[in-house]
Amino acid sequence: MLELTINGGVHTLDLPVDRPLAYVLREDLGLTGTKIACGEGHCGACTVLLDGIPTLSCITLAHTVGEREVTTIEGLREHPLVDAFVRTDALQCGFCTPGQIVSASALVAANPSPTRDEVRHAMAGNLCRCGAYPKIEEAILTWRD
Amino acid sequence: MARLIRTEKEVEGRFTEQWIVVEEDALDQWPAGPRTVVGQPTRRVDGVERATGAAVYTADVQLPGMLHAAVLRSPHARARLVRLDLDAVRAAPGVRAVIGPDDLDVLTSEPCYEGHGVAAVAADSFEAARAALELAAPEWEVLEPLLDPEEAVRRESLLAEPRRHDRGDFDRGLAAADVVVQAEYRTQTLLHNPLETHQSVCHWEGDTLVLYTSTQNIWGVRDEVADAFGLPHDGVRVICRFMGGGFGAKNDAGDYTLVAAELARRTGRPVRCALTRREENVVSGNRNATIQRLTAAARSDGTLTALGGEFVSALGWDGWLGPTAGPMQMLYACANVRTVEYGAKLNLPPMAAFRAPGFVEGTFGLECLLDELAARLELDPLELRRRNHADSDGTDDRPYTSKNLMECYRRAETHWERRHEVRARSEGPWKRGVGMASQIWYGGGGPPSYAWIRVGSDGRAVVVTAMQDIGTGTRTAMAQIAAEELGVPLEHVRVEIGDSARGPYSVISGGSSTTPSMGPAVRSAAADVKRQILEIAAQRFHLEERVLDLKGGNVVSADGGSWSLEEVTGLLEDAQILGKGARGPNPTGMRVMTFGAQVAEVAVDVETGEVRVERVAAIHDVGRIVNPLGASSQVEGGIIQAIGHALSEERLDDPATGLVLTQTLDAYKVPTIADVPEIVTELVDVPDEHLTNLGSKGLGEPPIIPTAAAIANAIRDATGADVRSLPITREELLHALEAAREQERRGAAAPA
Repeated sequence: MLELTINGGVHTLDLPVDRPLAYVLREDLGLTGTKIACGEGHCGACTVLLDGIPTLSCITLAHTVGEREVTTIEGLREHPLVDAFVRTDALQCGFCTPGQIVSASALVAANPSPTRDEVRHAMAGNLCRCGAYPKIEEAILTWRD
Repeated sequence: MARLIRTEKEVEGRFTEQWIVVEEDALDQWPAGPRTVVGQPTRRVDGVERATGAAVYTADVQLPGMLHAAVLRSPHARARLVRLDLDAVRAAPGVRAVIGPDDLDVLTSEPCYEGHGVAAVAADSFEAARAALELAAPEWEVLEPLLDPEEAVRRESLLAEPRRHDRGDFDRGLAAADVVVQAEYRTQTLLHNPLETHQSVCHWEGDTLVLYTSTQNIWGVRDEVADAFGLPHDGVRVICRFMGGGFGAKNDAGDYTLVAAELARRTGRPVRCALTRREENVVSGNRNATIQRLTAAARSDGTLTALGGEFVSALGWDGWLGPTAGPMQMLYACANVRTVEYGAKLNLPPMAAFRAPGFVEGTFGLECLLDELAARLELDPLELRRRNHADSDGTDDRPYTSKNLMECYRRAETHWERRHEVRARSEGPWKRGVGMASQIWYGGGGPPSYAWIRVGSDGRAVVVTAMQDIGTGTRTAMAQIAAEELGVPLEHVRVEIGDSARGPYSVISGGSSTTPSMGPAVRSAAADVKRQILEIAAQRFHLEERVLDLKGGNVVSADGGSWSLEEVTGLLEDAQILGKGARGPNPTGMRVMTFGAQVAEVAVDVETGEVRVERVAAIHDVGRIVNPLGASSQVEGGIIQAIGHALSEERLDDPATGLVLTQTLDAYKVPTIADVPEIVTELVDVPDEHLTNLGSKGLGEPPIIPTAAAIANAIRDATGADVRSLPITREELLHALEAAREQERRGAAAPA
C-alpha cells in the first residue's frame, strides 16, 4: 500500500507500480482539476507541486512521490492567482489553466515580484493553444492587486 | 408569428440556400457605444469554475462501470488488410467487446491514410484495451500512396470539381497594366492541437444514446450520430458543458464517437473513446497545405487591372475545398479576376476546418503579392490598399451591410508610421522592419438559433439554450445581452448551455457565428420576458404598460415611480415567466463580412535566419463589441496562433510513405509564452445597422487571417527578401536572403 499526502490529506492506495500520478489523481481520487493533454510531459497541463516544486504528474510514477506533499489545483482554490487569472481574462477554453496556475503559484512563492522575463522563463513549459499568454503574463505580474 | 423564408445560409464561406423558420425581430438596435452591461469589459462568468479545475470537461466525465476504448489504426498511408486476429483480441484480459471492419462504417480493411480506423476494443482500462490490440497482429499488403497534390491534379484525383471564378476579362486586364507581378506561394499543413483531445463518452439509457463529447457542434453531432444508428434525432442526447478547444476540428462526430456508441451498445456499459495526443495529430483534422500561383497587374497609379490565381489544396483523403481564392475575389476592387481552385484527394489524413479555413492560406499569398506589387510600383503598401478599396462585393456587386476597413486603415496609420523608427533600430546582423496586411472574412451568422429565458419569483433570469462554449466566452456574452435587455445586474443572470435535451437549437461554434447568431436570439428572448414583466406590473400598479420600463433591477414608470423587480416577480410564487427568442434573418441582397488590418514589426538576424516578431497592432471591424475584455483575448489568441503558423508550426510527412512525423507537442511546435510579441488591439466597435437587433459580427476568426502576411511583409521590409513559403524557418529565410542577394547581383550586372 502506498501513502500519498495530497492537499493536506493522507490517502492510502493500492496501485500498480507503473501508475502515473496524474491518473491516480484524476481517476482514482476524482481530482479532475489536473488535466492530461499530451500524457508525455510536453505541455504542462498536468502540472502539480511536489513539496512546492512544479512537476509533470503525467510522467511521474505515483510510487516515486514518496513523502513529498502533493498540491493540485484543488489545493490552490483560494490562491489569489485564481482571481488574477479571471480578472485579467487569462484563460479561454480553460483546459490548460489549472496547470498554468499551479506553475505560477510556485513562481510567486519563490519570487513574489517576478519580472516579465522571469514570468516567461518560468511559464514557457505550460502550453496554451488558445493563446491566452499576454493575459497570463498580466495575471502573474499583477497577482497581488 | 413564425415565418417560413428562403434564405442563404453561410458557414465559413460555404453557402447553401435553405428554408428557415424565423420569428419576427422587431427590436431596434441599442445605440452605438458601451451600455450598462453590453460593451463593458466583463470577467468570464465561468472563469472561476474553469480556473480552479471545477469545470467538468468531457475528459473529466467518469461514469459507473465505464469502459475504455482503443482504436487499431492503419500504420500505412495506403494498404489492404491480409490478416487480422480479432479472436486473440477478444480473448485478452479485461476485454468486453471488439469490433472490426465489418461492424462499423468508419472502420475499414482498406485504409487510405495513416490512422484510418480498422478495429476497436472496449476494455476495463485504456491500458488493457491498448494491450489487447497488440494481439491483433495485422498483416498488410502495402500499396503505393498518392501524396503529391500536383500529381493528384494531373491524375484528376480530386475531392470536388475544380472551382472556377472568372469575371471581367483577365487577359485584357493584364494588357492594360503597367506592372505585372507573378509568384508562387506555399502554405504548410497545420495541426489544431486543442489541449483537450477529441473524445466522447457514450452510454445507452434504454433507446436513448447519451453522448458526452468535446464538440463545437452539439446539434450537428446529434443528427450525424442519430442517422448513423437509425435513431430519431432526439434519440441522441448530446452533452458538452465545457470543452477544451477546437479551432474548427470538432465540428463533426468523428470516428471515436461512433466507435464509443457502438461499443456501448454491445456491452451495455458506458464507453469512453479518447484520442491520444499522437492520434490527435494524425487523424483529427488539419489545415491543408496549399500551392498558390498568383498574378497581380496594376497601372502605375496602383489601380489593379487584373488578379489571377491557381490554387491547389492538398486536402487529404476527405474534407472540403476551402475558399482559398476568396480573398483574391473579394478583398480589393478589381474588375478582372480569374481563379481556379483544385482540391487534391491524397492518401493523407483528411483536412478539417481550421479557424478561417481557406482565407488564412489565401490571404498569405495575396497580401504578400500585393507588397511585391507595391515595391515594383514604388508605392506605399498601405496607400496601394487604400486605392483599391472595394466598396461592394466584387463577386456579385452586393453592397456590404457595413464596412469600416478605411477606418481600420486610418487607425493603422499610427502603427504604420513607426516603420521609420523601427528600421532605424536595425543593428549589426539584426535588421528590423514593418509590414502590414488586410483582412476580409465572413462572420455574420444567421438563423436558425433560439434561446429561452425563464424568470422566477426571485427575479433572477436563466438563459437556456443548447449551445456550446469553446472558450470564446459565449456564456458571458449571452449573460451580458440578457442582463442589458432586462435591466438587471449580470450576477442575476445564469446561462445554462451544453445539453441538447435541455434547450433549443443553437448554431455551431464556428465560422465566427456564435455571437451574431445567438446574441440576437437571447436579446429577443429577454425582450419577450421584459414585455411580460411590464404587463404584470401594469396590472399590479394600475398603470399603462407604455409608461413602464425595466432599469437597474427596478420597474420604473415615466412619472417617477419605482418598484424593485422582486416586488413584481414576487407575485409569481411558483409561477414563472417564460420568454423565447429567435434569430431574425439577415438582410437579403446584401453581404455581411468582417474586416481588419494588422501591422507587424519584426527583427531578423540575417546571419542565422532567426525571426522575432516584436509587435503586432490589430485593428478589426466586427460591428458592436459585446465584451471588450473577451474580444481582446480573441484577437491576441488569433495572432499568437498565426505567429505559430508563420514561424514554427508544420506537420511533416515522410515524402516516401506519407506517414506523419510530427505527432507530439514536442515535435509540432506551437508558440509558448516566450514567443509572444507586444499585441495592440483596436476594435472599431460600430454596430452593423443591417444586422438584426444586435449589430455584432463574429471575432473568432478575423484576427488569425492577416498576421502571417504582415510578418512576411515586415521581413521583406527589413531585409529585402521575399518569403513565399510557410513556415518561415531559418532555412527558409536564409534561402530567401540568398535569392534576394542573387537578384541584386544580377540587377547590378545587367546593363542600365
